[in-house]
Amino acid sequence: MNAPRPSAVPILRLGDVLVTGLLNELDDTSALMFTDELTERIVADGARGVLIDVSRLDLIDSFVARTLTELATMARLLGARVIVAGMRPAVAITLVELGLQLRGVETALNAEQGMHALGWQQAPGSSRGDSYDALR
Amino acid sequence: MTLYDEGYARGAQQADGPLRPVGLDVAPGAATTHAVMSEQDLLTVRHAVRSATVEAGFALVDQTRIVTAASELARNAYVHGGGGSLTIEVLGHGARAGVRLIVRDNGPGIPDLEKALTDGWTTGAGLGHGLGGARRLMHEFDVDTVVGQGTTVTAIRWNNR
Ligand SMILES: Nc1ncnc2c1ncn2[C@@H]1O[C@H](COP(=O)(O)OP(=O)(O)O)[C@@H](O)[C@H]1O
Ligand SMILES: [Mg+2]
Repeated sequence: MNAPRPSAVPILRLGDVLVTGLLNELDDTSALMFTDELTERIVADGARGVLIDVSRLDLIDSFVARTLTELATMARLLGARVIVAGMRPAVAITLVELGLQLRGVETALNAEQGMHALGWQQAPGSSRGDSYDALR
Repeated sequence: MTLYDEGYARGAQQADGPLRPVGLDVAPGAATTHAVMSEQDLLTVRHAVRSATVEAGFALVDQTRIVTAASELARNAYVHGGGGSLTIEVLGHGARAGVRLIVRDNGPGIPDLEKALTDGWTTGAGLGHGLGGARRLMHEFDVDTVVGQGTTVTAIRWNNR
């Protein structure tokens, strides 16, 4: 299997949605590995949606923005919809001032709303501890 | 990562200010210089710049602006300049505090600075928003570049505007 990526949380599968996230320590090498692994998983799991939780990022510079934009484009070409969820307000303000709007990347206020937008329903009878909360 | 005092980089604001006790690298007015020679350095300098903005009393959004600008400039020195250094200096104190970033490299220089500052213009694989974006995120921004010799970007953000 793939080596663990120190800069990203694991990729979980919930139905036909993949759930993952980014951490601050994303260097170029890890970003490439992350993109490769995620696109492979989209195909292998037949995922129709991908939720990327960015709530732990205290900074999105043009490098991370490019990574997210490329991920969304590649996922779309593979038939999956990407939602970037949980961007911190200070990060969003700075991103706009950098002149980067993450064009083509769908966003959601938080992971829960992102999962809802991707049509993921909590299985009836399961406990309130939604699986994606484990990512935070 | 190298970390050393760089007294000569102190600004005029400090030169005539009251004497301060010599402290650690967080003493007001002290400058610290960090190598920008690897991907790991790019992450390390972000932490150092974040600490300086906290020390200078910046609120969260301004902290994020300054660290993001530093990240863009450091990446440029690493990617386009073949590696360099980032000097961080806390200027003044209280409501008049600021943070100065000096990013140097001995790379190829920038032949057409106007173009380089234009959003979307890149000679590499980037988005071309780093230099112009960093300028917008900071209050003072100066690029000193000589083709064949290198580039030094000096940028300041003040806490009182
Ligand atoms: N330190 C530097 N040394 C040489 N060229 C630089 C430097 N910084 C920026 N440039 C030039 O300016 C262009 C624009 O920089 P930037 O806005 O950061 O976009 P990007 O880094 O995404 O290309 C770069 O593509 C490069 O040609
Ligand atoms: Mg750049």
